[in-house]
Formats: sequence, C-alpha cells, structure tokens
Amino acid sequence: MGEFRMPSLGADMTAGILVAWRVGPGDRVSHGDIIAEVETDKGLFEVEAFEDGVVEQLLVQPGREKIPVGTVLATIRSAGAPSLGAESEAKERPGQRLKISPAARRRAAELHIEPGSLRGSGPGGAIQLRDVEQAAQGPQSAEKPITEPAVQKSAAEFQTGMRRAIAAAMSRSNRDIPHYYLETDIDMNFALQWLKDENAKRSIKQRLLSAVLLLKAVGRALEKVPQLNGHWIDGRLQVKKEVHIGFAIALRQGGLIAPAIHNVNLKSPGQLMASLGDLIGRARTGRLRASEMTESTITVTSLGDLGVKRVYGVIYPPQVALVGFGRISERPWAENGMLGVRPVLSATLAADHRATDGHLGAQFLEALSQALAKPESL
Amino acid sequence: MSEEQIKQSVLQQLAQLAPEADLDALGDEFNIREELEIDSYDFLTLLIGLNEQWGLEIPEADYEQLVSLGDIVRYISRRLP
Repeated sequence: MGEFRMPSLGADMTAGILVAWRVGPGDRVSHGDIIAEVETDKGLFEVEAFEDGVVEQLLVQPGREKIPVGTVLATIRSAGAPSLGAESEAKERPGQRLKISPAARRRAAELHIEPGSLRGSGPGGAIQLRDVEQAAQGPQSAEKPITEPAVQKSAAEFQTGMRRAIAAAMSRSNRDIPHYYLETDIDMNFALQWLKDENAKRSIKQRLLSAVLLLKAVGRALEKVPQLNGHWIDGRLQVKKEVHIGFAIALRQGGLIAPAIHNVNLKSPGQLMASLGDLIGRARTGRLRASEMTESTITVTSLGDLGVKRVYGVIYPPQVALVGFGRISERPWAENGMLGVRPVLSATLAADHRATDGHLGAQFLEALSQALAKPESL
Repeated sequence: MSEEQIKQSVLQQLAQLAPEADLDALGDEFNIREELEIDSYDFLTLLIGLNEQWGLEIPEADYEQLVSLGDIVRYISRRLP
C-alpha cells in the first residue's frame, strides 16, 4: 500500500499547510498527476502523485494548521492492472490524456499557457478555445482549483514567511557547504549576433531571450563537467544524468524562487523559451509543482537586467553548484595583439568544495565560454 | 484611435504585469522598466500583448525606442493605419 505524505519542497521546509485535495477516494491516479495543493512560506504548490494507484483514504482534511513534513496524508492502493483510459472518468487528469481541443492546444502553445493548468468548460471537462482565451486575459481569471484557501495571506504575511524560508535555507547553506568561487569574463559577441539574427526571423511570440542561450550553454558545459550536476547526500555526491536547471525568478511581492526547468539538454532554444515563459508565469501566480521545487540538479541566477556586474551566489542544498550571470556590457577586449570593444558577460561559479575542486570548476567555466562562442550549436 | 485611447490600452497591459503598481503616478516620460521593475521577460510579454491588441510586429531593433509610456503610445500611434 502506498502512502502519500506531506512532501518536503525545499531544504528549509519543516511543515506545510494542506490547502486542498484534487482527488477523492476511489480516484485513479498516475505518476505525475496532481493530487493536492500545499502551501509553504514560499507560496502555493501543486503536488504530484509519485506512483500509479487508486486513492483509498484521505486521512487529513484541508485546513490552516501546519502539518510536519513526512506526515501521512492519504493512502493509495498500488495499481495491479494497467491504468484505465481517462475517457471512463468525468474528471480531468492534468498531464495525462488531457481533454483539449486541437484549436485550444494551439492557442495555449501560442500564449505560453500550460494546458494542464486550465479547467475546461466543455463536455467532460474538455478544454475549449474560449477557456484558453479567458485564461489569457489575466492570471487571476484562470479557473481556480476546487477550493480556495480559507484565509488569503496578506502581502506582509507572505513577505515575512518568504524571508523566513530564505533565511533558513541560506543560513544552512553557508553553514554546511564549504563554498568556493570562480569567475570568468565571456565574450558574447557571437551569441548576441546569433540571437539578433534568430529573432529577426521570428515573430514576436517566438522570440528568444538571452537567458535561453545561457541555460543551453550551462547544460552543454555540464556534459563536460557532470560533477557539478547533482546532489550531495549522506556524505557523497550523486551525479545526475538529467539536467534540470533551477532558474531563479524574482517574485513581485518580494522574495525569490528557483523552480526547475526539466531536461534542458533535450530542449531546443524555442522549447526552452516556452518552458521558461510557462515557469515564470506559474511562479508569479503561485501554480508551481512540487517536482519543480525538488528536482533541480543545479541553479542558475541571472541578474543582468538589474545592472549587476557579477553574482556571488549561495548554493541551494542538496545541489553542489550555482552559476551566476551578471549584465552584458561593452568592455575593451584584447585579442591577437589588437584592442577592440566587445559585449562581455561575467559568469561566476559557486561550488561545493566537498564535491569538486577548483580545477573542475575552471573546466566548467571554460566549457561555458566555448559553448557561448558557438551559439549555433546550442 | 486617439493617443489617449492608446494610452489607456497600454496602461491595462501594464496593470496585468505590475498589478501592485500605482499606475496613476506613472508619468508619461518615466522609464517604465525602472519605475515598474519590469524585467526583460515582462517587457517581451508587454510587446506580445501590444502585438495581439494592435497587430503590430515590433522588430527587436525598435525596442530601445520604447522607454517610457509616452514613447510607446507615440510609437503605436505612428504605426497604426
């Protein structure tokens, strides 16, 4: 019998609030289906089922009390037989055989809206074009899930909670992780030119931000130095094969969150842009998923928009590295005995000295620089 | 389409990007990226919104013309038939 427990959505989390169930007893769930909404100091998150099965009992009712991480919330009977098709249930299953019309799916893609986040008004809960259009009108008008939190947090409460979460995580990181820092300047001439040429060919909805190239380059560099892509657990490094990059996003109401963009190495720049847009949208409207909070294998923070030259970051445990990008600025650049002016980006690597040494860190930054010098191959 | 109507429409888009901002206090000639703390992703979202509203394709080369609310309103006004 499977147990669904209050998940830990970050290194600093000790308890969460069960806001709502998205399933009931007797419902069939598959790995990845959203089964509950949990609220932490960092906001509201959708929690996915880990295994396939049928929901047996909901042991805890939604409420405002804080439930410690690890508490059993529901029991799920593991599926013996292969799961039935969604057609036999009236309920919509996000991410699994989603009922959505082709026109709605196209429009959702155009607008960078995740179809799984929509509620359908059509037959059997199917998502229709007008549901997508309505969601596009504004984040608040998108259909909310089954129950709203009984008490809305005030902005001040949210900020206090967020700061508490960040304080706990950053203190723990600085205390437990012996950081070392390396920095390099990267000539972004070719990368920016490539971006300019690409975007000139693309309509505005398809345009790429430079962040996309930075993410792809980090992914490429991690192929050369995989020891920076993993988790430090129980005194040793577990290198991960997949590259899930936690991308630091500033929230308008204050605070920072770094949800994972999954499988960066398997996505094209266009797909990455769509993922990034979807993630930023959901981060800012509180619709992130638990898996996005726990599966980052490395974090990237880009503060170029704010004019910061260099970023010396703090690693988010159990990750072992953080890549920081500052702003791109025109600087004098000497090459082959000649002086010119190039757009230059400062990239820093913060790394866990228990897992890697400066030599590997330096190789990573070199690989990053080379990847950005050949943007067409990213 | 008057400039005032265009301005109201742009303000609606900005309200979606920065819901907590006091847009009445936003002067026509202030740098909106700085005043409203809008990053490059938000800016792109704004331009996509303008594209959907007015059907205008805004080339990347024109981005630097769009610094203030006044700039944006004048740009749209110039480009509309």
